[in-house]
Formats: sequence, structure tokens, C-alpha cells
Amino acid sequence: MPKVHDRGGWPNDDPIDPDEHEMEEWERQVDALNGVLGDKGLKNTDQLRRAIESLDLKTYESLAYYEKWTAAMEILLIEQGVMTKEEIDAKMASLPQDKK
Amino acid sequence: MTANNTAKFRVGDQVRIRVGVPPTHFRTPEYIQGKLGRVQTSWGAFPNPEGLAYGEDGLPAQPLYLIEFAQTDLWRGYKGATRDTLMIDVYENWLETT
Repeated sequence: MPKVHDRGGWPNDDPIDPDEHEMEEWERQVDALNGVLGDKGLKNTDQLRRAIESLDLKTYESLAYYEKWTAAMEILLIEQGVMTKEEIDAKMASLPQDKK
Repeated sequence: MTANNTAKFRVGDQVRIRVGVPPTHFRTPEYIQGKLGRVQTSWGAFPNPEGLAYGEDGLPAQPLYLIEFAQTDLWRGYKGATRDTLMIDVYENWLETT
């Protein structure tokens, strides 16, 4: 069985949803943050892909496109010592419910 | 992009995609591995994503090619037109002579 991101290796007859949707504000923010991290040399596209591919199947399937980017950026920033998991978790815990 | 004078294959060459599933990052999907394709375009050489993915410099640069496959070769019971093709970029370290 190919890895989770190797979708062409999992043929099935399910229809593909070709509908476009407007990007939401948080998605634009994730995209912008990704650009800033790239400009600052904290990540490149291949690192982001590698981090996305490292997500386990259940997580990969449950996350939307930009949520995968977010998870990958977290992995890379922790890996490079820019932030710790504890710092991120503490910040998340301090946010009001509708901002999580 | 750097000079393309190291490219081992030329447009029109038949190639076989190497079979391999390293635990590390690679960009050659399994559905083309072991299949025969033909070089459609030679793009030049680019830093290797297999190194870039880990913060390395990706050097030496790897020649990159656009490879064309017959869809009927890729999918068992393919129902589309027999002339349908799929084109995908593949780095030279995944190509074998036939």
C-alpha cells in the first residue's frame, strides 16, 4: 500500500468533487505565514511536503488542505527549535474556544 | 536551474522507472514505478528534493524530465481511450535504461 499522500496508488471509483470554494480568512493567514517562514529560511516547499507526508493516516484524512500545512509548519518549527510543543499547547489552551 | 549538460537521457528515449520506497521523502509515485515511459521534455537540473526536504542543499542537482506513459500501462482495466497518456516529472535518479 503506497503512503498516505500517494493517492494515485489507491484507485477507487469514488467521484471527485471539482467544486471551487472561496478561501477563508484563516486559510489566507496560513498561506501568508507559510510564505513568511519561507522568506526567513525556516522552511522550504520540500520540507513542508515531507512534514505533511509524516502525518499518520487518521490525522491526514481528518485534516483539510490548509490544516495539513498548519500541522506541517508546527512540526518544522518544533524540529528547528523555533518553538516548543509546550509553548504551542499553552497558547492554544489560553485562546477562547472560538479562536481554536 | 543549472546547465543541462549532465542529462543522461534525451527526448524520445524509453526509460523504466526504478522501483523503490525509501522511508524518506521522494516524489516518484508508486503507480509509475516499474513502468515504461518515454522522455517528453528535458527540463534541466534542479536541487534534489530528496535532500531539500531535510534542509540539505540538494546538490548535486538532479536532471529532471517530463515522462509520458500510456494510461493503459498504468491502470489495470483502464476504461478510457487507448491513446490516453499521463505525463509526470521524474528526477533522473529514478530512471533506468531499457
